[in-house]
Amino acid sequence: MSNILTHSPALVMALPLLAAFLTPVVGRFNRKVLGWFVSIVLGLTLFITLLMATQILTNGPMIYVFGGSEAGLTLPSGYSVPIRIIFHIDGMGIFMGLITAVVSFLAAIYSLSFMQKHSGLEKYYALLLLLATGMFGMEFTGDIFNFFVFLEIASIASVALIAFRSNLSGEPAEAGFKYMVVSSISALMVLFAVGLFYGQYDVLNMATIASVMQFTQLDKIALILLLTVLAMKAGSVPMHMWTPDAYSEAPAAITMVLVAASQASLYALFRISFSLYNISLNTITVGWIIIILGILSMFIGVTMAIIQKDIKRLMAYHAISQTGYMLLGVGVGLAVLANPVALESFGIKAMEGGIFHIMNHAMYKGLLFLTAGALFYRTGTRDLNKMGGLANNMFYTTVFFIIGAAAIAGIPPFNGFASKLIIYESVYQFNPLLSIIAMLVSILTLASFVKVFHSAFLGPQLEQYKKVQEVPKSMVFAMAALACIIVLFGLFPDVIVKNLVHPAVMSLINQTNYTATILGGI
Amino acid sequence: MKEEMSRIVRTITTLIYGFIIVFGFYVIVHGHLTPGGGFQGGAIVASAFALLVVTFGNQGIKGFLQKDIFSLIESTGLVLFIVFAFFGLGVTFFYNIMANSGGLFGNSAIIGVNPGDLNTGGTIPIMNIAVGLEVFAALGVIILTMSAGSEITRKKENS
Amino acid sequence: MIGNFPYIAVAILIGLGIYTLIFKKNLIKIAIGITLIENGANLFLITLGYRKESVAPIYTQAPEGMNMVLPTPQALTLTSIVIGVATTALILSIAMIIYNKYGTLNTDEVRRLKE
Repeated sequence: MSNILTHSPALVMALPLLAAFLTPVVGRFNRKVLGWFVSIVLGLTLFITLLMATQILTNGPMIYVFGGSEAGLTLPSGYSVPIRIIFHIDGMGIFMGLITAVVSFLAAIYSLSFMQKHSGLEKYYALLLLLATGMFGMEFTGDIFNFFVFLEIASIASVALIAFRSNLSGEPAEAGFKYMVVSSISALMVLFAVGLFYGQYDVLNMATIASVMQFTQLDKIALILLLTVLAMKAGSVPMHMWTPDAYSEAPAAITMVLVAASQASLYALFRISFSLYNISLNTITVGWIIIILGILSMFIGVTMAIIQKDIKRLMAYHAISQTGYMLLGVGVGLAVLANPVALESFGIKAMEGGIFHIMNHAMYKGLLFLTAGALFYRTGTRDLNKMGGLANNMFYTTVFFIIGAAAIAGIPPFNGFASKLIIYESVYQFNPLLSIIAMLVSILTLASFVKVFHSAFLGPQLEQYKKVQEVPKSMVFAMAALACIIVLFGLFPDVIVKNLVHPAVMSLINQTNYTATILGGI
Repeated sequence: MKEEMSRIVRTITTLIYGFIIVFGFYVIVHGHLTPGGGFQGGAIVASAFALLVVTFGNQGIKGFLQKDIFSLIESTGLVLFIVFAFFGLGVTFFYNIMANSGGLFGNSAIIGVNPGDLNTGGTIPIMNIAVGLEVFAALGVIILTMSAGSEITRKKENS
Repeated sequence: MIGNFPYIAVAILIGLGIYTLIFKKNLIKIAIGITLIENGANLFLITLGYRKESVAPIYTQAPEGMNMVLPTPQALTLTSIVIGVATTALILSIAMIIYNKYGTLNTDEVRRLKE
């Protein structure tokens, strides 16, 4: 067991990669066992991630040197800078890793029955495993060029998955084209920024760059480029145009994984502004820029969502709006980073709220997209005007939709209330107006989900839906798992915040811990 | 519009495509000594294949080049690559267990200017060969799929 | 001044690529614009490694007693070219599917997903 634990960073990234390469071979022999094979591999990955989480949250960050003579030897004899690709997992990295592991495992289980009638399924499962590999690599790596490579792997896999259902109509291909152009531009600008860092400092390791950084003019250009394109990949206004198309045209399980992939880009944004630059940048200016992006995303996201008729487009605009909450919380934390008194009193709390909201959002938004997929599976349409009275036929889907809608609106016994309350309290001490706008957006969120519930579920049973039954068991299992996590996080939020979120926030704020783990206390 | 090209082009292609494939494999295998390696050599072999598709058209090559064989070669290359990465797991992932050890590809590496010994490198030449197989098979599948797609579009336009 | 010429070429390439992405309406021209930006970024990476009066970083039958340019940016550029091949293949395949379903390649008419 200790052997698996030392090698677990590489295993979590490499097991889905090995399974992705074996999937066409397995699919050639036996088509029916393919879904079970993928689910077992992703379940194993989830198990190893949980082991790694218990190790990191008790003993501190883990590092893994690829191809070195032992796993923890970052500086071999005679070298003063690290030379190999190093995976550096601290509290924040394993937080995002847990989200990715849970979401991709549940997506594989949901796809067992959702995608059953499709042809070309071995390509679908290979692409899903590649997307999981890319996301794990983005969240675990400590090397900035390696981050670019995994970002591109995740982008290409997700574009192919968005355009997967284009054999019947042309809209998924159009959505895939838009997403491909956006993600190509962001990845190439990340590569340009990597070139800027390498040209000045001759190292690619993020901790080493953080320890030798002088904030020159070229570093300012790199910061602006990275902030803009990573916010574009995360789906914040004013670069949000690809989000409704991409999220609505993808198959439902893939939309859930895409939400987690957008949040991995958000994680990279936080990692770069906190661990790479820390207080050498002008924290008040950059913090206010992130806060303004957050406020715009919240407001524009929810106002565009109220008028939608397509259920998945409506939920995609809500995803933009909830990303605004995360940017607001962490932006307040960044703005007071150089001010130790304010940081102690409300800065750390604001960041805890923002980062807790990342996990809550992945859970309840995933549940909502899965229920929308269940409605599409049984009725064949995504248009809210054509649906109606489905609560008579689909009992479990109705209950899970109520849980998801209550969580996103911030109603007490569910997890949305916990993280939103932390954000309201701490942002109020920074600037009261921001907190009032956040509460207003929450009310509008509740309004739009009441509209969806009324038009899809309530009312008398319609003629054409008389024979509609409940969805198959694997889809109900995936939705039930997410609902259980939502209820548990809502009932015991202080346990989660103390054990999972607080180490993540402290590992972002302390840059000296981040560099000392790799450079050995120099 | 006939699909295949004129007699001059067909004759030269049948004489030359073998040499291009051999040169591509030379670039793949010598990746650890001279410029080249897996991707570059694989792209050269795939360009020989693209020459065949352009010269003989989609109908002429239907006999001996199909998507299934290329898909199988691609999976072989990928699985070989990742299995050799897992072999080093006794020390770390991707560790070079065969370098400087005396077996296949096991001579010790020479630092400094030297005429170049093919037998060095450990797992690096094997991974080069795996990546080369995968790249030329993947590019072959892309070329075949796109030319079949363009044929469907041409039929739809002409009807 | 003459040593700055590759950087000016990088700026021209990326500028032309962004111009093509914003102002051209054909889907294939947008794909070509992405390729131009990618070529500019690759050229930038290779130029960073150059040192004055040095030879290529190959040990096999190299001239004696000379410095070599840095080999790490060449590895980074090779990875980026491979990623560019995958991107171009995927974006051209999606353009082919769009032409098959919509019948046109003009972005003004390929707009069924509105609002």
